[in-house]
Amino acid sequence: MKQLITIAWRNVWRNKLRSTVVILSIVLGLWGGLFMMGLALGLNEQRLNSAINSSLAHVQIHHPKFEDDYNKKYTLIEGENIKKQLQEMPFVSGFSERFVLPGLAATSKGNYGIKILGITPEQEQLTTDISTRLIEGTYFTKFKNNPILVGQKLAEQLGLKVQSKVVLSFQDKDNQTISKSFRVEAIYKTANSMYDQLHVFVPQEDLASLIGIREGGHELLIKCKSLDDAPKVQSVLKTSNLVQRWDQRAPELGYAQQIMGSFMYIFIGIILMALAFGIINTMLMAILERQSELGMLMSIGMNKFKIFSMIVMETLFLVVFALPMGMILAQKTIGYFSTQGIDLSIVAKGLENVGLEAVIYPFLSSEYYFNITIMTTLVALVSGLIPARRALKINPAEAVKVI
Amino acid sequence: MSIINVNGLKRIYNQGMENEVRALNGIQLNIEQGEFTAIVGPSGSGKTTLLNCIGGLDRVNEGSLTIDGRSIGDMAEQELIDFRLHHIGFVFQAYNLIPVLSAKENVGFIMLLQNIPKAEIDTRVATLLKAVGLEDQLHKRPAQMSGGQQQRVAVARALASKPRFILADEPTANLDSKATSSLLDIMEKLNKEEGVTFLFSTHDQRVIDRARRVITIEDGKIVSDQIQKM
Repeated sequence: MKQLITIAWRNVWRNKLRSTVVILSIVLGLWGGLFMMGLALGLNEQRLNSAINSSLAHVQIHHPKFEDDYNKKYTLIEGENIKKQLQEMPFVSGFSERFVLPGLAATSKGNYGIKILGITPEQEQLTTDISTRLIEGTYFTKFKNNPILVGQKLAEQLGLKVQSKVVLSFQDKDNQTISKSFRVEAIYKTANSMYDQLHVFVPQEDLASLIGIREGGHELLIKCKSLDDAPKVQSVLKTSNLVQRWDQRAPELGYAQQIMGSFMYIFIGIILMALAFGIINTMLMAILERQSELGMLMSIGMNKFKIFSMIVMETLFLVVFALPMGMILAQKTIGYFSTQGIDLSIVAKGLENVGLEAVIYPFLSSEYYFNITIMTTLVALVSGLIPARRALKINPAEAVKVI
Repeated sequence: MSIINVNGLKRIYNQGMENEVRALNGIQLNIEQGEFTAIVGPSGSGKTTLLNCIGGLDRVNEGSLTIDGRSIGDMAEQELIDFRLHHIGFVFQAYNLIPVLSAKENVGFIMLLQNIPKAEIDTRVATLLKAVGLEDQLHKRPAQMSGGQQQRVAVARALASKPRFILADEPTANLDSKATSSLLDIMEKLNKEEGVTFLFSTHDQRVIDRARRVITIEDGKIVSDQIQKM
């Protein structure tokens, strides 16, 4: 077997140029494939994190009827009891209560349908990152009366700047329309421009006095210590309110998270299939060139299993040589860009529309490297079978005459 | 003692078709231990086919072919491969050495296939390469050697498995006069001193002149079988 391995290894390097080209194609294929996987997974992860951190949180609680028509009378049932339970859950890192009112924002430049979120600024910081996404202004510290945070997109449409006034119209508890002037304290910008266009933040106490609801809120956002803790909250919490995980609130993000991994394996599978054809072609060429030698080996008494093994080993050597190089190259590239990021500012507008940041940080877990190593090795084995079978069909009496 | 016995051997290609070819048409032949025999004849006469049949590389259609009393035709494929490994040595026109192995490794390779211990292989390889005059070329690869030297390595390889006889198909066809003479000297010496049986197919008059028995084939039939006086 040792001699067989020696021959197989030396055979790989008989035609250095050809073997180098095959090895390079495998290295580049793996590198490109893994990098694209890292990019896609990083993009998805970023989109998810951005949505969770800016708007969704991990779990949301509403009155069961609240979202039917956003009727302000449907505040949380036994809200204080829920908060008490959440405080005792070790996997919950924070929660915040909100009022949610549909309304209209108007300036001299125009008006726009919005959702008014009445928040407690300190609590909100425990569940969303709005306070860190201000591009201008301060976070509820400057104006005592009726401050408001508006999204950049809405600010652009209504011509708002910091200290500008905007009139919000909404209904109070008795369904009377109220119009009140708010002063822009800050302009925020999340990764999702649609969100920025539709949501404004005002202090909960200001809104409470205007709509006449003093107790409770319409929405409770819960932030867990990790994404996997969200189902625990849902199962442990005892309440008659509607408790929804992030993936129930935004099913498209949940599906993306579920199918992204499988999709990526299909993607790399296609690349590996293309590489397999290259390997098969190269090995078939090598066998054609070595017909007389293989015929001689059969003539002198080398059995079929050994000839078969030798050809499969040659194929494996090509891949075994290329695999670590491709993996290391991909790992180093992904590692570099996972900290430096890939700046896609040139298409920032388009990315914002789908909730993506302009700088993408690729990411690929070790599980993918391991699984793709297994996949590549299997592809190499299968690729070796076809040329090896072809080698066995050689007629030694005919082959030894080939010069 | 007869080691190869061929009786009424027929090898017909494309049997029953319009392009049927009777490559061997009733060959009757016995080869004794220690012979140095040349099979001669024009191109297409059936020399190589006969050697292929005797070497178990080609199947016969009719007749019997026994080597050391064992019928080649009755052997299964794997059995035939093992038989070739242990009983028959081959020397080919195009040398057919393994290009990625040195002379030493090429000769030793067949013994590795026979699962012979490494120490024994090393000793025997050194002896064989000395016998063919290549004791100073042990580590050279085929590409670093002349055609004559390569063919001598091929002879050493054929002897390495301690076969009952060696089949050599046009062994001198690619060699110049000097290399041919040198190769024939070695093979004659091995035949006389070690009792190695050689069976050649050849066109080469230099080989025919050295053979002690010359069998002439035409159209798949033996037309003469002569013992030459040396």
